[in-house]
Amino acid sequence: MSDIKKKIKLRIWRGDAKDGALQDVEVEANEGEVVLDVIHRVQATQISDLAVRWNCKAGKCGSCSMEINGKPRLACMTRMNMFEEGETITVTPLRAFPVIRDLVTDVSFNYKKAMEIPAFEPPAELKAGEFRMQQVDVERSQEFRKCIECFLCQDTCHVIRDHEENKKSFAGPRFFIRIAELDMHPLDILRNRKQRAQEEHGLGMCNITKCCTEVCPEHIHITDNAIIPMKERVVDVKYDPIRWLGSKIRRREGIV
Amino acid sequence: MSNLERHKYDVVVIGAGGAGLRAAVEAREAGLRVAIICKSLFGKAHTVMAEGGVSASMGNVNPDDNWMVHFRDTMRGGKFLNHWRMAELHAKESPDRVWELEAWGALFDRTKEGKISQRNFGGHEYPRLAHVGDRTGLELIRTLQQRIVALQQRDARDHGDAESFIKVFAELTVTEILKEGDKIAGAYGYWRETGAEVLFEAPAVILATGGIGKSFKVTSNSWEGTGDGHALALKAGGRLVDMEFVQFHPTGMVWPPSVRGLLVTESVRGDGGVLTNSEGKRFMFNYIPAVFKEMYADNEAEGDRWYNDQANNRRPPELLPRDEVARAINSEVKAGRGSPHGGVYLDVSKRMPAEVIKKKLPSMWHQFKELADVDITLTAMEVGPTCHYMMGGIEVDPDTAAAVGVPGLFAAGETAGGMHGSNRLGGNSLSDILVFGRLAGAGAAVYAKANRGDGVSDATIKSASETLNAPFSRGGTENPYTIHAELQQVTNDLVGIIRTKKELEDAIVKLADFRTRAVAVKPEGGRAFNPGFHLTLDLETMLLVSECIARAALQREESRGGHTREDFPKMDPKWRQVNSICTWDGSKINITKQKLPSMPKRLLDLFDPHELEKYLTPEEMTDLKGGA
Repeated sequence: MSDIKKKIKLRIWRGDAKDGALQDVEVEANEGEVVLDVIHRVQATQISDLAVRWNCKAGKCGSCSMEINGKPRLACMTRMNMFEEGETITVTPLRAFPVIRDLVTDVSFNYKKAMEIPAFEPPAELKAGEFRMQQVDVERSQEFRKCIECFLCQDTCHVIRDHEENKKSFAGPRFFIRIAELDMHPLDILRNRKQRAQEEHGLGMCNITKCCTEVCPEHIHITDNAIIPMKERVVDVKYDPIRWLGSKIRRREGIV
Repeated sequence: MSNLERHKYDVVVIGAGGAGLRAAVEAREAGLRVAIICKSLFGKAHTVMAEGGVSASMGNVNPDDNWMVHFRDTMRGGKFLNHWRMAELHAKESPDRVWELEAWGALFDRTKEGKISQRNFGGHEYPRLAHVGDRTGLELIRTLQQRIVALQQRDARDHGDAESFIKVFAELTVTEILKEGDKIAGAYGYWRETGAEVLFEAPAVILATGGIGKSFKVTSNSWEGTGDGHALALKAGGRLVDMEFVQFHPTGMVWPPSVRGLLVTESVRGDGGVLTNSEGKRFMFNYIPAVFKEMYADNEAEGDRWYNDQANNRRPPELLPRDEVARAINSEVKAGRGSPHGGVYLDVSKRMPAEVIKKKLPSMWHQFKELADVDITLTAMEVGPTCHYMMGGIEVDPDTAAAVGVPGLFAAGETAGGMHGSNRLGGNSLSDILVFGRLAGAGAAVYAKANRGDGVSDATIKSASETLNAPFSRGGTENPYTIHAELQQVTNDLVGIIRTKKELEDAIVKLADFRTRAVAVKPEGGRAFNPGFHLTLDLETMLLVSECIARAALQREESRGGHTREDFPKMDPKWRQVNSICTWDGSKINITKQKLPSMPKRLLDLFDPHELEKYLTPEEMTDLKGGA
């Protein structure tokens, strides 16, 4: 079974920040292989300096993000048998980020956004070792902590995909789940995370097309479990006069 | 080199996995300026692949657990070749290291009382591994990554610049550790993105570069696991200890071929998975070695009862230390009782309902479903041994993680040796990187405060730059990918799970040949994000490390832990007193023997003398009884 070999057609984008083009190659593929295997074979046998980012090859590190036939995917989790016989497979770098070389893009945007989100803040008097939390209470945040930071959700999000100008004011789905994770953490005491998501990180620009959820290789329910609940609560507080008043009286900025 | 990019730091940390990041946190908290150098993007290091958990005797599930029990288990797992002081520090400090992660935002799975839950693992007497499903490594690295960011946010507030004290240099490859005289002076490397060369001047350098698996054909390691720290230390005058001990994890995927070696977490067995051969037999009952006879069930009924009643039953032999299980699987396959793709069966589907499996082992379910079309809630997995972990590494002082013989150099995690002896227990690597990462950060901070350093001379810079660029001025036509594949085949065939004198000697000859060919590799293209060039550099590193493994394996004429000699199949108490030491004299690797530091009586007294008899020489036992 495992020695079945066939030739496949690959169209790979090659170039750098200034210029580039698609290059056609033919390469062997074996049964059970993924797109990353085939790209590695191109490196080893035809184009030794073909740039591709990868690490674990097991869908756990989120490094080999690229666009395969136009769709944001992890190359290590895209099996060759999902393509039609004879189909040309096109691999291109992530479109939302600047190209460095070939399939490698500059994803530093994401690390800058990470820096803008205030860290976890436990009660000052709580000592390490004394944390008590129930499983049911940590599970919501645990879902978001499955994120492998592949940034496919960032790449596909149309708010920034073709709108460079929005990047300044929009953190993107990866960081909405980070905010939601902290907001839902049973022992985080920092207030108004949701409101800051709305006002500082561009939560309001998301119009819930769920593209991010669709491309998430970890199957995190980004839209349903993070973005929508945060949007609803922000709206609740902003437009419910009694809660608005309550938030002012208690001298909090509104959201618990 | 007037336009050379230069940086000055107090401490340079090379490697941004758990050990490196924990070290950086500690050095920053000591008030120092720290550079963190990652081979890949920040947060992608191999720590992310750790699945099962982090071992710490918190006693949340079984209150009888404590550091002494953990210490005993660790020494047994390492067949008493561990550096006793490292094992002691590790057992004592790991609970605090886990708890502080929680204060930094980690969310471990919980017990009913709301404490951190702990699971069973091979070689651990009690449920001891704090975990998050089977993605514990991701939780660890993300928490440490976010801790670094939190410290940078604090520095932005207090000092006006987030990078005033800690800066992360991502996708930067270090090619040389720089010295002036006997002391560390910095590090040299290049940005992969642009190819630009970079100089770091610093009195203290911490090596935390992880493992060496990429020298082997079937491995659970990513492309980064080329032994960089091992080779950098060796070339800087450091000493590598016990390099013959390579852990083959018993359960890697064996099919499809493209994922061969990919890890199947030990949690599958910790949570009740059983190993069977092609005859449907639970073969592990035939492979319980004499030293473990009293501790493991000798029949299926007792082994099964243990999952619910640990006080009155012994553990099933599927939970023997990894070296034992790997050898057993190897023997079954050799005897013709393997699965269709050359492994054995690992089955958890009969132990738990599908929903529980998906909850406890989500990434395993996902991995098999997406990569092998196998639903592990319905059918057994096919698994076989895969090169997983290097027990050997840089010889260090246990309390400060200072590399022996190189002032200013420190090492932690898989890059350092001694902690795990001849075989590491599952769960003990995540705790190792936290405990010794912190000690290395603290050790380097104390050193850097006392030794400010005099910078790096122009001659040293020139030499480092020439070495880095040497491949481009070569005339050869060798392909680095081809040599790498051949190297992996040789280590697999001749330096693998079962070794012999003849094969090891053959391997050393072949490695010398590879070394000749490796200097005939002329990379295509330039330095910028060029994997072919990078592999050319990695090849030299892998060849050095592989030769250390082969030479140390040839020297040690016994079988112990992750080193099995067909021609010397028994464990020999005399060899337990010996550490193998590899050094580099500028042209070749030298291998010598060194006496293993003796465990003090207060720690020996934690063991039953009857058990010690299996490991110690008669002379040592006489001394012990005499109260010496």
